[in-house]
Amino acid sequence: MGLFDKLKKMVTKPIEEKDKNVVELYDKGLKKTRDEFVSKLSLLGIKYTKVSDAYFEELEELLISADIGVNTVFTFLERLKGRVKKESITDTNYLMEVIVDELFIIYVNNESLSTKINMNENGPTVILMVGVNGVGKTTTIAKLAYKYKSMGKKVAMIAGDTFRAGAVEQLKIWADKTESLFYGRDNTDPAGVIYDGLEMAKQNNADVILIDTAGRLQNKVNLMKELEKMNKVIERIIPEAPHETLLVIDASTGQNGIMQAKSFKEITNITGIVLTKLDGTAKGGIVLAIKEEVDLPVKFVGLGEGMTDLQTFDIEDYIYGLFKDMM
Amino acid sequence: MFEYMGDRLSNAIKNIRGMGKITEENITDALREIRMALLEADVNYVVVKEFIANIKEKALGMEVGKSLKPDELFIKLVKDELVSLLGGDYVPLETSKNPTILMLVGLQGSGKTTTAGKLANYLRKKHAKNPMLVACDIYRPAAIEQLETIGKSLGIDVFTEGKENPVKIVRDALEYAKANKKDYVIVDTAGRLQIDEALMQELKDITTEINPHETILVIDAMMGQDAINVINGFNDALSLTGTILTKLDGNTKGGVALSVRHLTNIPIKFVGDSEKLDGLSEFYPERMANRILDMGDILSIADKVESVIDEQEAMDTARKMKKGTFDLEDFLTTLKQIKKLGPLENILKMLPGARKMGINNVSINPKDMAHIEAIILSMTPYERRHPDVLKATRKQRIAKGSGRSVEEVNRLLKQFEEMKKMMKMVSSGNMKMPF
Repeated sequence: MGLFDKLKKMVTKPIEEKDKNVVELYDKGLKKTRDEFVSKLSLLGIKYTKVSDAYFEELEELLISADIGVNTVFTFLERLKGRVKKESITDTNYLMEVIVDELFIIYVNNESLSTKINMNENGPTVILMVGVNGVGKTTTIAKLAYKYKSMGKKVAMIAGDTFRAGAVEQLKIWADKTESLFYGRDNTDPAGVIYDGLEMAKQNNADVILIDTAGRLQNKVNLMKELEKMNKVIERIIPEAPHETLLVIDASTGQNGIMQAKSFKEITNITGIVLTKLDGTAKGGIVLAIKEEVDLPVKFVGLGEGMTDLQTFDIEDYIYGLFKDMM
Repeated sequence: MFEYMGDRLSNAIKNIRGMGKITEENITDALREIRMALLEADVNYVVVKEFIANIKEKALGMEVGKSLKPDELFIKLVKDELVSLLGGDYVPLETSKNPTILMLVGLQGSGKTTTAGKLANYLRKKHAKNPMLVACDIYRPAAIEQLETIGKSLGIDVFTEGKENPVKIVRDALEYAKANKKDYVIVDTAGRLQIDEALMQELKDITTEINPHETILVIDAMMGQDAINVINGFNDALSLTGTILTKLDGNTKGGVALSVRHLTNIPIKFVGDSEKLDGLSEFYPERMANRILDMGDILSIADKVESVIDEQEAMDTARKMKKGTFDLEDFLTTLKQIKKLGPLENILKMLPGARKMGINNVSINPKDMAHIEAIILSMTPYERRHPDVLKATRKQRIAKGSGRSVEEVNRLLKQFEEMKKMMKMVSSGNMKMPF
């Protein structure tokens, strides 16, 4: 059964109450995104009833406008054209179903993807947040803390961003709001803060330790080295930690997102991506390119400013959110 | 930042070299490469389309004369188009009103607060202003503290009034500014989505209250195709007077720079190019186009050097270089001046042909510079003036004093000798500078 059929089922079959909330959240968060993207795609189906070169050109424009990534779009279109030829597809309405299917394939690529967070059975689970400046690392930590707190976990936050003015205070405020343990000092070596913070969290029997780091552009060698050092310190105190290293990426990021993913992956063992600010008009298509070119899956998406607006990423929900109006 | 784009373009253009004239066939590849390069740089799709059509039309209509080769003509055409795309002449910041009011707006995380600090620093340094910062981000936790910390480190006043009402904050701030002879008021606002109607209304209310002379959109240079929706959204609501592109010190290709001006006619006034509070440079389309085409950015370097280097010292050094009497003492002075320029990588990147020489992506460990400095500082002034006297025992003492090894001391002395030789050659005209 193709994804398209599955999605249709999701629309028609009664959805369990809990699932429905999640679907609705995606639906709401992606509304602006979808409005533009889908209405254009639907218009395309009205404008061209038959598949043609002009159709493909406009489709290319649409996909590139979604930041899906130039290389990814080009190989995607090649594959699509191949299928059109092989299966003699002429109807653009039918082709739309194929498009959804193929987009899904880019992301899934025969793997069984897990968005599961690797929890440590024998002690605290350490989650390290990294990313370039201004993507929303600190806010994501707050949302994660809220999530684990509601699951009955004892959460600790460590303010590893000792560089940006106000960063420690910002995290401290979130720690107070989510009733999490907190450790932070201004203007010091981040590795030292993390060392002391981990000791504190361990002594207080925290279940989940969330570590914030300063925003760093991936081409700044010294800052990337600093990240290596932090990792060493973490591992020394809690073996096998960090259990998750999440790269936070802003949904409005363009092609540079691929380079961010590549560079961070080289330096640290990135286990997944958090795609933030998806409630704007940006389509976050870069995650498809990142999956294809760097093979990093998305684990969470930020769909709004509320504390509950961080959701486990579900590719079906994501594509459903994009294409709902077409079905 | 723009380096990659330059690479693609120069590769594409190479193919036309040696052709007798420009025909549709021989520019097809070049045009395709340019199109790809621009799309990969996040230049807006519409702009790319227009750009390519424009170049094609003009290139085919070009007369290939005897003096200019087709690839040279083509490169000039691409560059001219880039310059016009980037916005023609530089539009300076309004500074004449008393007080001049500037408001920064933008999405969350674009860098407004840091930019506010940089602007205040720039206005004080370059325009001898007495600026004041106003903290209007009442939503993000610790945003006000962040601005206060920045203001403190610069010694610039920050007006704060809690987290109640931004309109009242700006009104009171303006009164305070007038009473305290502040001639430039920079308002830092909260980050918001351009589709958030309630928060956009708040910006409109602030605008009605204080009528800012400059309303500037701070935009992340890493933004993709959605940039245009953001720019249009803010511009429709507020009538922007300019934009500032931030985080250009990353390796983003920054195609958004090409889109902003062309699609909206809003000038780019500054670019943010380091995390430090002096990391704000005026935006010059001509220079940026040169940079894209790998023609280097000597003018930007000259500006930077001028702003931090003592002219008298520099002239003394130059004279000594010529005469060949340049010693380690002078070297130390030069080293200190270079350090003031900020990360050396940034300067190297701007040199013409940086990529060809492979120095566009070098990383220089600031520690290496510190080691060199430590070694020289461990010498006596006499030794610095007369490095010839440095023999084994003196070297050992210097190594100990600086905490480095004797090998490192030797290496430094050798490099210094070679440098001196080079200087003599350059000044006697036997060698051309690499640029």
